[in-house]
Amino acid sequence: MGHRSSIPLYWRLQKSKYNLVGTKCKTCGKLYFPPRQLCSECRRKGEIEDFSFSGKGEIISFTVIRAAPEGFEKYTPYAIALIKLEEGEVISGQIVGDVTKVEEGKKVKSVFRRMHEDGKDGVIFYGVKFQLVG
Amino acid sequence: MKRVAIIGAGQTKFDEHWEKSLRDLSTEAGALALADAKITSKQVDALYIGNMSAGRFVGQEHLGAMAMDNAGLNPKPAVRCEAACASSALAFRQGYMSILSGEHDIVMVGGAEKMTDLKGTGAIATLMGAGDQEWESSIGNTFVGLYALIARAHMKEFGTTREQMAMVSVNNHKNGSLNPLAQFPCEITVEDVLNSTLIADPLRLLDCSPITDGGAALILASEEAAKKLDNPIWVLGTGQASDTLALHDRKSHIEMIATKVAAKKAYEQAGLTSEKIDIAEVHDCFSINEILAIEDLGFCKKGDGGKFVEQGKIARDGEKPINTTGGLKSIGHPVGATGVRQIVDITKQLRGQCGKLQMKGIKNGLALNVGGSGATAVVNILGVD
Ligand SMILES: [Zn+2]
Repeated sequence: MGHRSSIPLYWRLQKSKYNLVGTKCKTCGKLYFPPRQLCSECRRKGEIEDFSFSGKGEIISFTVIRAAPEGFEKYTPYAIALIKLEEGEVISGQIVGDVTKVEEGKKVKSVFRRMHEDGKDGVIFYGVKFQLVG
Repeated sequence: MKRVAIIGAGQTKFDEHWEKSLRDLSTEAGALALADAKITSKQVDALYIGNMSAGRFVGQEHLGAMAMDNAGLNPKPAVRCEAACASSALAFRQGYMSILSGEHDIVMVGGAEKMTDLKGTGAIATLMGAGDQEWESSIGNTFVGLYALIARAHMKEFGTTREQMAMVSVNNHKNGSLNPLAQFPCEITVEDVLNSTLIADPLRLLDCSPITDGGAALILASEEAAKKLDNPIWVLGTGQASDTLALHDRKSHIEMIATKVAAKKAYEQAGLTSEKIDIAEVHDCFSINEILAIEDLGFCKKGDGGKFVEQGKIARDGEKPINTTGGLKSIGHPVGATGVRQIVDITKQLRGQCGKLQMKGIKNGLALNVGGSGATAVVNILGVD
Protein backbone atom coordinates (compact mmCIF):
# COMPACT_ATOMS: atom_id res chain seq x y z
CA MET A 1 0.00 0.00 0.00
CA GLY A 2 3.05 2.31 0.11
CA HIS A 3 3.79 4.70 2.94
CA ARG A 4 0.71 5.98 4.62
CA SER A 5 2.03 8.12 7.44
CA SER A 6 3.84 11.43 7.43
CA ILE A 7 6.46 12.11 10.11
CA PRO A 8 4.46 14.84 11.94
CA LEU A 9 1.56 12.41 12.55
CA TYR A 10 3.75 10.52 14.97
CA TRP A 11 6.17 13.28 15.94
CA ARG A 12 3.53 15.40 17.62
CA LEU A 13 2.64 12.48 19.91
CA GLN A 14 6.27 11.63 20.66
CA LYS A 15 6.33 12.93 24.22
CA SER A 16 3.38 10.76 25.16
CA LYS A 17 4.28 7.78 23.00
CA TYR A 18 7.91 7.60 24.18
CA ASN A 19 7.64 8.67 27.81
CA LEU A 20 4.01 8.18 28.89
CA VAL A 21 3.46 11.89 29.39
CA GLY A 22 -0.24 12.49 29.85
CA THR A 23 -2.09 15.45 31.24
CA LYS A 24 -3.65 16.54 34.51
CA CYS A 25 -6.46 18.99 35.16
CA LYS A 26 -5.23 21.34 37.91
CA THR A 27 -8.82 22.42 38.61
CA CYS A 28 -10.28 19.00 39.53
CA GLY A 29 -7.16 16.82 39.71
CA LYS A 30 -8.31 14.33 37.06
CA LEU A 31 -5.52 12.59 35.15
CA TYR A 32 -5.60 11.80 31.46
CA PHE A 33 -3.68 9.18 29.58
CA PRO A 34 -3.85 9.34 26.61
CA PRO A 35 -3.50 13.11 27.13
CA ARG A 36 -6.50 15.38 26.67
CA GLN A 37 -6.29 19.12 26.24
CA LEU A 38 -9.86 19.69 27.44
CA CYS A 39 -10.94 18.30 30.82
CA SER A 40 -14.13 16.26 30.30
CA GLU A 41 -15.33 17.20 33.81
CA CYS A 42 -14.46 20.91 34.06
CA ARG A 43 -14.73 21.67 30.35
CA ARG A 44 -13.29 25.14 29.65
CA LYS A 45 -12.88 25.87 33.38
CA GLY A 46 -10.21 23.18 33.62
CA GLU A 47 -6.54 24.05 33.52
CA ILE A 48 -4.44 21.38 31.83
CA GLU A 49 -0.77 20.62 32.51
CA ASP A 50 1.58 17.77 31.57
CA PHE A 51 1.73 14.80 33.92
CA SER A 52 4.24 11.95 33.73
CA PHE A 53 2.84 8.51 34.46
CA SER A 54 5.07 5.95 36.19
CA GLY A 55 4.37 3.21 33.65
CA LYS A 56 3.50 0.74 36.41
CA GLY A 57 0.16 -0.98 36.30
CA GLU A 58 -1.92 -4.12 36.34
CA ILE A 59 -3.57 -6.14 33.55
CA ILE A 60 -7.38 -6.03 33.76
CA SER A 61 -8.15 -7.80 30.48
CA PHE A 62 -6.13 -9.05 27.53
CA THR A 63 -6.25 -10.73 24.15
CA VAL A 64 -3.72 -12.34 21.83
CA ILE A 65 -3.83 -10.94 18.30
CA ARG A 66 -3.40 -13.67 15.69
CA ALA A 67 -4.75 -11.83 12.62
CA ALA A 68 -2.85 -8.55 12.48
CA PRO A 69 -3.47 -5.34 10.58
CA GLU A 70 -1.07 -3.94 7.96
CA GLY A 71 2.37 -3.26 9.42
CA PHE A 72 2.01 -5.73 12.30
CA GLU A 73 1.79 -9.03 10.39
CA LYS A 74 5.25 -10.27 11.29
CA TYR A 75 4.74 -9.79 15.03
CA THR A 76 1.86 -12.25 15.53
CA PRO A 77 0.94 -13.65 17.94
CA TYR A 78 1.19 -10.67 20.28
CA ALA A 79 -0.73 -9.76 23.43
CA ILE A 80 -2.73 -6.56 23.87
CA ALA A 81 -4.05 -5.65 27.30
CA LEU A 82 -6.17 -3.13 29.10
CA ILE A 83 -3.77 -1.91 31.76
CA LYS A 84 -4.86 -0.04 34.87
CA LEU A 85 -1.97 2.30 35.66
CA GLU A 86 -1.15 2.81 39.33
CA GLU A 87 -2.37 6.40 38.99
CA GLY A 88 -5.83 5.01 38.13
CA GLU A 89 -6.10 5.59 34.37
CA VAL A 90 -6.70 2.64 32.03
CA ILE A 91 -4.76 2.40 28.75
CA SER A 92 -4.28 -0.12 25.93
CA GLY A 93 -0.82 -1.58 25.61
CA GLN A 94 1.10 -4.39 23.98
CA ILE A 95 2.65 -6.88 26.38
CA VAL A 96 6.11 -8.06 25.24
CA GLY A 97 7.36 -11.62 25.57
CA ASP A 98 5.65 -14.98 25.91
CA VAL A 99 1.90 -14.56 25.28
CA THR A 100 1.09 -17.66 27.36
CA LYS A 101 2.35 -15.90 30.52
CA VAL A 102 -0.10 -13.01 30.21
CA GLU A 103 -2.93 -13.05 32.76
CA GLU A 104 -5.40 -10.73 34.43
CA GLY A 105 -4.10 -9.35 37.71
CA LYS A 106 -0.42 -9.54 36.73
CA LYS A 107 1.73 -6.45 37.29
CA VAL A 108 3.47 -4.74 34.38
CA LYS A 109 5.90 -1.89 33.76
CA SER A 110 6.48 0.16 30.64
CA VAL A 111 9.43 -0.42 28.30
CA PHE A 112 10.56 1.42 25.15
CA ARG A 113 10.28 -0.72 22.02
CA ARG A 114 9.94 -0.73 18.23
CA MET A 115 6.20 -0.76 17.39
CA HIS A 116 5.93 -1.35 13.63
CA GLU A 117 7.21 -0.19 10.24
CA ASP A 118 5.46 1.74 7.51
CA GLY A 119 6.36 -0.58 4.63
CA LYS A 120 9.85 -1.96 3.85
CA ASP A 121 11.67 1.38 3.66
CA GLY A 122 9.27 3.64 5.52
CA VAL A 123 9.39 5.13 8.98
CA ILE A 124 10.01 2.82 11.94
CA PHE A 125 7.69 3.69 14.79
CA TYR A 126 8.81 3.31 18.39
CA GLY A 127 6.81 3.61 21.55
CA VAL A 128 5.89 2.21 24.91
CA LYS A 129 5.03 -1.44 25.42
CA PHE A 130 4.67 -3.29 28.72
CA GLN A 131 6.60 -6.09 30.36
CA LEU A 132 5.44 -8.49 33.07
CA VAL A 133 7.18 -7.89 36.41
CA GLY A 134 7.76 -10.35 39.26
CA MET B 1 -46.78 14.28 17.64
CA LYS B 2 -46.21 13.85 13.92
CA ARG B 3 -45.53 10.33 12.76
CA VAL B 4 -43.20 8.87 10.16
CA ALA B 5 -43.84 5.65 8.27
CA ILE B 6 -41.68 3.18 6.41
CA ILE B 7 -43.32 2.62 3.02
CA GLY B 8 -40.58 0.78 1.15
CA ALA B 9 -37.78 -1.63 1.97
CA GLY B 10 -35.09 -3.33 -0.09
CA GLN B 11 -31.86 -5.24 0.34
CA THR B 12 -29.34 -6.59 -2.16
CA LYS B 13 -28.03 -10.05 -1.54
CA PHE B 14 -25.15 -9.78 0.94
CA ASP B 15 -22.13 -11.52 -0.55
CA GLU B 16 -18.67 -11.16 -2.01
CA HIS B 17 -19.88 -9.32 -5.10
CA TRP B 18 -16.83 -9.49 -7.36
CA GLU B 19 -18.87 -8.24 -10.30
CA LYS B 20 -20.60 -5.35 -8.55
CA SER B 21 -19.20 -2.00 -7.44
CA LEU B 22 -20.22 0.24 -4.54
CA ARG B 23 -22.38 2.32 -6.88
CA ASP B 24 -24.03 -0.80 -8.33
CA LEU B 25 -24.95 -2.01 -4.85
CA SER B 26 -26.29 1.33 -3.59
CA THR B 27 -28.31 1.88 -6.77
CA GLU B 28 -29.73 -1.66 -6.68
CA ALA B 29 -30.80 -1.29 -3.04
CA GLY B 30 -32.46 2.07 -3.72
CA ALA B 31 -34.32 0.72 -6.75
CA LEU B 32 -35.60 -2.24 -4.73
CA ALA B 33 -36.91 0.09 -2.00
CA LEU B 34 -38.64 2.36 -4.53
CA ALA B 35 -40.27 -0.59 -6.30
CA ASP B 36 -41.44 -1.94 -2.95
CA ALA B 37 -42.94 1.46 -2.03
CA LYS B 38 -44.65 1.63 -5.44
CA ILE B 39 -43.58 5.23 -5.89
CA THR B 40 -41.41 6.89 -8.51
CA SER B 41 -38.00 8.32 -7.79
CA LYS B 42 -39.37 11.79 -8.57
CA GLN B 43 -41.40 11.66 -5.36
CA VAL B 44 -38.25 11.39 -3.23
CA ASP B 45 -37.24 14.72 -1.67
CA ALA B 46 -33.80 13.78 -0.31
CA LEU B 47 -31.37 10.92 0.23
CA TYR B 48 -29.38 9.92 3.33
CA ILE B 49 -26.73 7.27 2.80
CA GLY B 50 -24.74 5.51 5.51
CA ASN B 51 -21.24 4.37 4.68
CA MET B 52 -18.26 3.75 6.90
CA SER B 53 -15.14 3.90 4.80
CA ALA B 54 -15.56 3.96 1.03
CA GLY B 55 -12.50 6.21 0.94
CA ARG B 56 -10.31 3.39 2.18
CA PHE B 57 -12.25 0.41 0.87
CA VAL B 58 -12.59 1.63 -2.74
CA GLY B 59 -11.05 5.13 -2.84
CA GLN B 60 -14.40 6.87 -3.27
CA GLU B 61 -15.63 9.74 -1.07
CA HIS B 62 -18.54 12.12 -1.70
CA LEU B 63 -20.98 9.26 -1.29
CA GLY B 64 -24.12 11.41 -1.21
CA ALA B 65 -23.39 12.73 -4.68
CA MET B 66 -22.34 9.28 -5.92
CA ALA B 67 -25.56 7.63 -4.77
CA MET B 68 -27.81 10.49 -5.90
CA ASP B 69 -26.18 10.70 -9.31
CA ASN B 70 -26.38 6.97 -9.96
CA ALA B 71 -29.99 6.91 -8.80
CA GLY B 72 -30.72 9.63 -11.38
CA LEU B 73 -32.21 11.85 -8.68
CA ASN B 74 -30.17 15.04 -9.19
CA PRO B 75 -30.51 17.87 -8.21
CA LYS B 76 -32.11 16.85 -4.91
CA PRO B 77 -30.05 17.02 -1.69
CA ALA B 78 -27.97 14.03 -0.58
CA VAL B 79 -26.20 13.48 2.73
CA ARG B 80 -23.65 10.88 3.78
CA CYS B 81 -23.78 9.73 7.41
CA GLU B 82 -20.84 8.03 9.09
CA ALA B 83 -20.57 6.40 12.49
CA ALA B 84 -18.47 3.34 11.62
CA CYS B 85 -20.68 0.21 11.75
CA ALA B 86 -23.65 2.33 12.90
CA SER B 87 -23.55 4.59 9.81
CA SER B 88 -26.84 3.61 8.25
CA ALA B 89 -28.92 3.56 11.45
CA LEU B 90 -27.68 7.14 11.69
CA ALA B 91 -28.80 7.78 8.09
CA PHE B 92 -32.20 6.34 8.99
CA ARG B 93 -32.47 8.59 12.03
CA GLN B 94 -31.37 11.70 10.11
CA GLY B 95 -33.91 11.00 7.37
CA TYR B 96 -36.59 10.42 10.00
CA MET B 97 -35.82 13.73 11.68
CA SER B 98 -35.80 15.58 8.36
CA ILE B 99 -39.42 14.50 7.89
CA LEU B 100 -40.36 15.40 11.45
CA SER B 101 -38.83 18.84 10.86
CA GLY B 102 -41.30 19.42 8.03
CA GLU B 103 -38.59 19.95 5.44
CA HIS B 104 -39.24 16.71 3.56
CA ASP B 105 -42.27 14.49 2.90
CA ILE B 106 -40.59 11.44 1.41
CA VAL B 107 -36.93 10.50 1.80
CA MET B 108 -34.75 7.56 0.87
CA VAL B 109 -32.38 6.29 3.55
CA GLY B 110 -29.87 3.58 2.89
CA GLY B 111 -26.47 2.15 3.42
CA ALA B 112 -23.87 0.45 1.28
CA GLU B 113 -20.37 -0.90 1.72
CA LYS B 114 -17.99 -2.58 -0.71
CA MET B 115 -15.39 -4.30 1.45
CA THR B 116 -13.89 -7.10 -0.62
CA ASP B 117 -11.89 -4.92 -3.03
CA LEU B 118 -9.30 -4.54 -0.27
CA LYS B 119 -7.02 -7.39 0.77
CA GLY B 120 -7.47 -8.94 4.23
CA THR B 121 -4.91 -7.02 6.29
CA GLY B 122 -6.05 -3.77 4.68
CA ALA B 123 -9.65 -4.52 5.61
CA ILE B 124 -8.56 -5.25 9.20
CA ALA B 125 -6.74 -1.90 9.38
CA THR B 126 -9.66 -0.04 7.78
CA LEU B 127 -12.21 -1.49 10.20
CA MET B 128 -9.98 -0.42 13.06
CA GLY B 129 -10.63 3.14 11.93
CA ALA B 130 -13.74 2.71 14.07
CA GLY B 131 -11.53 2.70 17.16
CA ASP B 132 -9.02 5.27 18.37
CA GLN B 133 -6.32 5.60 15.70
CA GLU B 134 -3.76 7.28 17.95
CA TRP B 135 -4.04 5.01 20.98
CA GLU B 136 -5.63 1.70 19.94
CA SER B 137 -4.79 1.03 16.26
CA SER B 138 -1.24 2.34 16.59
CA ILE B 139 -0.28 -0.39 19.06
CA GLY B 140 -1.52 -3.15 16.76
CA ASN B 141 -4.96 -3.76 18.20
CA THR B 142 -7.74 -4.83 15.85
CA PHE B 143 -11.49 -4.54 15.89
CA VAL B 144 -11.93 -8.15 16.97
CA GLY B 145 -9.18 -7.49 19.53
CA LEU B 146 -11.29 -4.79 21.17
CA TYR B 147 -14.27 -7.14 21.46
CA ALA B 148 -11.95 -9.87 22.73
CA LEU B 149 -10.94 -7.54 25.60
CA ILE B 150 -14.64 -7.01 26.34
CA ALA B 151 -15.37 -10.76 26.10
CA ARG B 152 -12.62 -11.71 28.52
CA ALA B 153 -13.67 -9.05 31.03
CA HIS B 154 -17.30 -10.22 30.76
CA MET B 155 -16.32 -13.87 31.24
CA LYS B 156 -14.28 -12.98 34.32
CA GLU B 157 -16.91 -10.73 35.88
CA PHE B 158 -20.05 -12.79 35.22
CA GLY B 159 -18.83 -16.31 34.42
CA THR B 160 -20.01 -16.05 30.82
CA THR B 161 -18.73 -19.15 29.04
CA ARG B 162 -17.05 -19.79 25.72
CA GLU B 163 -19.95 -22.13 24.85
CA GLN B 164 -22.58 -19.46 25.55
CA MET B 165 -20.86 -17.13 23.10
CA ALA B 166 -20.74 -19.93 20.52
CA MET B 167 -24.51 -20.44 20.95
CA VAL B 168 -25.09 -16.88 19.71
CA SER B 169 -23.45 -17.77 16.39
CA VAL B 170 -25.32 -21.09 16.25
CA ASN B 171 -28.70 -19.36 16.79
CA ASN B 172 -28.04 -16.71 14.17
CA HIS B 173 -26.80 -19.19 11.57
CA LYS B 174 -29.83 -21.39 12.20
CA ASN B 175 -32.08 -18.46 11.33
CA GLY B 176 -29.89 -17.24 8.50
CA SER B 177 -29.87 -20.68 6.89
CA LEU B 178 -33.39 -19.88 5.66
CA ASN B 179 -32.60 -16.34 4.50
CA PRO B 180 -32.13 -16.13 0.70
CA LEU B 181 -30.25 -12.82 1.01
CA ALA B 182 -27.69 -14.10 3.55
CA GLN B 183 -24.01 -14.43 2.70
CA PHE B 184 -23.60 -17.64 4.74
CA PRO B 185 -26.98 -19.40 4.81
CA CYS B 186 -25.74 -22.50 6.60
CA GLU B 187 -26.20 -24.03 10.03
CA ILE B 188 -23.21 -24.44 12.34
CA THR B 189 -22.69 -26.21 15.66
CA VAL B 190 -21.14 -25.17 18.96
CA GLU B 191 -18.23 -27.50 18.14
CA ASP B 192 -17.72 -25.76 14.79
CA VAL B 193 -17.35 -22.44 16.61
CA LEU B 194 -15.05 -23.83 19.31
CA ASN B 195 -12.83 -25.51 16.71
CA SER B 196 -12.62 -22.57 14.33
CA THR B 197 -9.41 -20.56 13.97
CA LEU B 198 -8.46 -18.32 16.87
CA ILE B 199 -8.46 -14.69 15.72
CA ALA B 200 -8.03 -12.80 19.00
CA ASP B 201 -8.36 -14.95 22.12
CA PRO B 202 -10.97 -15.87 23.23
CA LEU B 203 -12.77 -14.99 19.97
CA ARG B 204 -12.60 -17.38 17.03
CA LEU B 205 -13.45 -17.05 13.36
CA LEU B 206 -17.06 -18.21 13.85
CA ASP B 207 -17.60 -15.61 16.59
CA CYS B 208 -16.96 -12.91 13.98
CA SER B 209 -19.28 -11.45 11.38
CA PRO B 210 -17.78 -11.72 7.89
CA ILE B 211 -16.38 -9.18 5.41
CA THR B 212 -19.26 -8.46 3.04
CA ASP B 213 -20.43 -6.36 0.10
CA GLY B 214 -24.02 -5.16 0.10
CA GLY B 215 -26.62 -2.44 0.25
CA ALA B 216 -29.99 -1.82 1.88
CA ALA B 217 -32.52 0.98 1.56
CA LEU B 218 -35.82 2.24 2.94
CA ILE B 219 -38.36 4.82 1.87
CA LEU B 220 -39.70 6.97 4.72
CA ALA B 221 -42.79 9.14 4.48
CA SER B 222 -44.66 11.67 6.57
CA GLU B 223 -48.01 10.51 7.94
CA GLU B 224 -49.88 12.59 5.37
CA ALA B 225 -47.89 11.09 2.48
CA ALA B 226 -48.08 7.57 3.93
CA LYS B 227 -51.86 7.65 4.32
CA LYS B 228 -52.22 7.35 0.58
CA LEU B 229 -50.40 4.02 0.72
CA ASP B 230 -51.39 0.80 2.40
CA ASN B 231 -49.66 -1.19 5.07
CA PRO B 232 -47.25 1.39 6.50
CA ILE B 233 -44.90 0.46 9.32
CA TRP B 234 -44.54 3.24 11.89
CA VAL B 235 -41.39 4.52 13.55
CA LEU B 236 -42.40 4.40 17.22
CA GLY B 237 -39.21 5.62 18.84
CA THR B 238 -35.59 6.37 18.17
CA GLY B 239 -32.53 7.12 20.28
CA GLN B 240 -28.85 7.66 19.71
CA ALA B 241 -26.02 8.04 22.22
CA SER B 242 -22.25 8.42 22.34
CA ASP B 243 -19.44 7.12 24.53
CA THR B 244 -15.65 7.46 24.51
CA LEU B 245 -13.98 6.65 21.19
CA ALA B 246 -11.47 4.33 22.88
CA LEU B 247 -12.49 1.28 24.87
CA HIS B 248 -9.85 1.96 27.54
CA ASP B 249 -11.43 5.33 28.39
CA ARG B 250 -14.83 3.82 29.31
CA LYS B 251 -16.08 3.73 32.88
CA SER B 252 -17.03 0.09 32.25
CA HIS B 253 -15.64 -2.46 29.80
CA ILE B 254 -18.48 -4.93 30.30
CA GLU B 255 -21.49 -2.87 29.33
CA MET B 256 -22.33 -0.36 26.64
CA ILE B 257 -23.59 2.79 28.29
CA ALA B 258 -24.42 4.28 24.86
CA THR B 259 -26.79 1.36 24.18
CA LYS B 260 -28.52 1.87 27.53
CA VAL B 261 -28.98 5.62 26.96
CA ALA B 262 -30.17 5.23 23.35
CA ALA B 263 -32.56 2.42 24.35
CA LYS B 264 -34.05 4.41 27.24
CA LYS B 265 -34.88 7.26 24.88
CA ALA B 266 -36.35 4.98 22.22
CA TYR B 267 -38.46 3.06 24.78
CA GLU B 268 -39.80 6.34 26.23
CA GLN B 269 -40.76 7.68 22.81
CA ALA B 270 -42.42 4.41 21.87
CA GLY B 271 -44.20 4.17 25.22
CA LEU B 272 -42.85 0.64 25.59
CA THR B 273 -40.67 -1.23 28.05
CA SER B 274 -38.11 -3.89 27.18
CA GLU B 275 -40.60 -6.63 28.20
CA LYS B 276 -43.03 -5.42 25.53
CA ILE B 277 -40.59 -5.77 22.63
CA ASP B 278 -41.69 -8.67 20.38
CA ILE B 279 -38.53 -9.20 18.29
CA ALA B 280 -35.11 -7.56 18.13
CA GLU B 281 -32.32 -7.18 15.61
CA VAL B 282 -29.13 -6.61 17.58
CA HIS B 283 -25.56 -5.90 16.52
CA ASP B 284 -23.79 -9.27 16.64
CA CYS B 285 -20.59 -8.08 14.94
CA PHE B 286 -18.96 -10.47 17.42
CA SER B 287 -20.86 -13.06 19.46
CA ILE B 288 -20.07 -11.33 22.77
CA ASN B 289 -21.75 -8.16 21.54
CA GLU B 290 -25.13 -9.91 21.24
CA ILE B 291 -24.78 -10.91 24.89
CA LEU B 292 -24.00 -7.31 25.87
CA ALA B 293 -26.94 -6.09 23.77
CA ILE B 294 -29.38 -8.49 25.44
CA GLU B 295 -28.33 -7.12 28.83
CA ASP B 296 -28.01 -3.46 27.95
CA LEU B 297 -31.37 -3.36 26.15
CA GLY B 298 -32.88 -4.66 29.41
CA PHE B 299 -34.00 -8.10 28.16
CA CYS B 300 -32.35 -9.63 31.24
CA LYS B 301 -30.33 -8.63 34.29
CA LYS B 302 -26.76 -7.38 33.71
CA GLY B 303 -24.47 -10.38 33.59
CA ASP B 304 -27.19 -12.91 32.72
CA GLY B 305 -26.91 -12.52 28.93
CA GLY B 306 -24.92 -15.72 28.48
CA LYS B 307 -27.47 -17.76 30.44
CA PHE B 308 -30.30 -16.09 28.49
CA VAL B 309 -28.74 -17.40 25.29
CA GLU B 310 -28.03 -20.85 26.75
CA GLN B 311 -31.65 -21.21 27.88
CA GLY B 312 -32.79 -20.74 24.29
CA LYS B 313 -34.65 -17.52 25.00
CA ILE B 314 -33.28 -15.84 21.84
CA ALA B 315 -34.52 -18.62 19.56
CA ARG B 316 -37.36 -17.95 17.16
CA ASP B 317 -39.68 -19.88 19.49
CA GLY B 318 -38.08 -18.39 22.63
CA GLU B 319 -39.37 -15.61 24.87
CA LYS B 320 -37.36 -12.89 23.09
CA PRO B 321 -36.54 -13.86 19.50
CA ILE B 322 -33.34 -12.13 18.43
CA ASN B 323 -31.83 -11.79 14.96
CA THR B 324 -34.69 -13.81 13.52
CA THR B 325 -33.34 -13.51 9.98
CA GLY B 326 -29.70 -14.41 10.72
CA GLY B 327 -28.00 -11.38 12.21
CA LEU B 328 -24.72 -9.92 11.05
CA LYS B 329 -23.08 -13.29 11.60
CA SER B 330 -25.01 -15.21 8.94
CA ILE B 331 -26.44 -12.47 6.71
CA GLY B 332 -23.09 -10.67 6.54
CA HIS B 333 -21.90 -7.28 7.70
CA PRO B 334 -21.23 -4.72 4.97
CA VAL B 335 -20.58 -2.26 7.78
CA GLY B 336 -22.29 0.85 6.41
CA ALA B 337 -25.35 -1.10 5.22
CA THR B 338 -26.10 -3.15 8.32
CA GLY B 339 -28.16 -0.61 10.29
CA VAL B 340 -30.68 -0.19 7.49
CA ARG B 341 -30.64 -3.93 6.71
CA GLN B 342 -31.76 -4.57 10.31
CA ILE B 343 -34.68 -2.16 9.87
CA VAL B 344 -35.55 -3.68 6.48
CA ASP B 345 -35.85 -7.08 8.18
CA ILE B 346 -37.99 -5.77 11.07
CA THR B 347 -40.21 -4.10 8.46
CA LYS B 348 -40.61 -7.35 6.51
CA GLN B 349 -41.36 -9.28 9.71
CA LEU B 350 -44.05 -6.76 10.72
CA ARG B 351 -45.60 -6.92 7.23
CA GLY B 352 -45.60 -10.72 7.22
CA GLN B 353 -43.20 -11.01 4.28
CA CYS B 354 -40.51 -13.23 5.80
CA GLY B 355 -41.52 -16.55 4.28
CA LYS B 356 -40.10 -19.49 6.22
CA LEU B 357 -38.66 -17.08 8.77
CA GLN B 358 -41.97 -15.31 9.45
CA MET B 359 -42.69 -14.64 13.14
CA LYS B 360 -46.34 -14.89 14.17
CA GLY B 361 -48.38 -12.39 16.16
CA ILE B 362 -45.80 -9.63 16.43
CA LYS B 363 -46.71 -5.96 16.76
CA ASN B 364 -43.30 -4.30 17.12
CA GLY B 365 -39.59 -4.79 16.68
CA LEU B 366 -36.41 -3.12 17.88
CA ALA B 367 -33.12 -2.62 16.03
CA LEU B 368 -29.79 -1.88 17.74
CA ASN B 369 -26.87 -0.77 15.59
CA VAL B 370 -23.51 -0.21 17.31
CA GLY B 371 -20.54 1.78 16.01
CA GLY B 372 -16.97 0.91 16.93
CA SER B 373 -16.51 -0.80 20.27
CA GLY B 374 -19.57 1.05 21.60
CA ALA B 375 -18.80 4.74 20.98
CA THR B 376 -22.06 5.10 19.03
CA ALA B 377 -25.33 3.26 19.61
CA VAL B 378 -28.57 3.77 17.73
CA VAL B 379 -31.84 2.16 18.78
CA ASN B 380 -34.94 2.31 16.58
CA ILE B 381 -38.33 0.81 17.41
CA LEU B 382 -40.93 0.10 14.73
CA GLY B 383 -44.52 -1.06 14.99
CA VAL B 384 -47.87 -1.56 13.32
CA ASP B 385 -51.12 0.26 14.19
ZN1 LIG C 1 -11.04 19.06 35.50
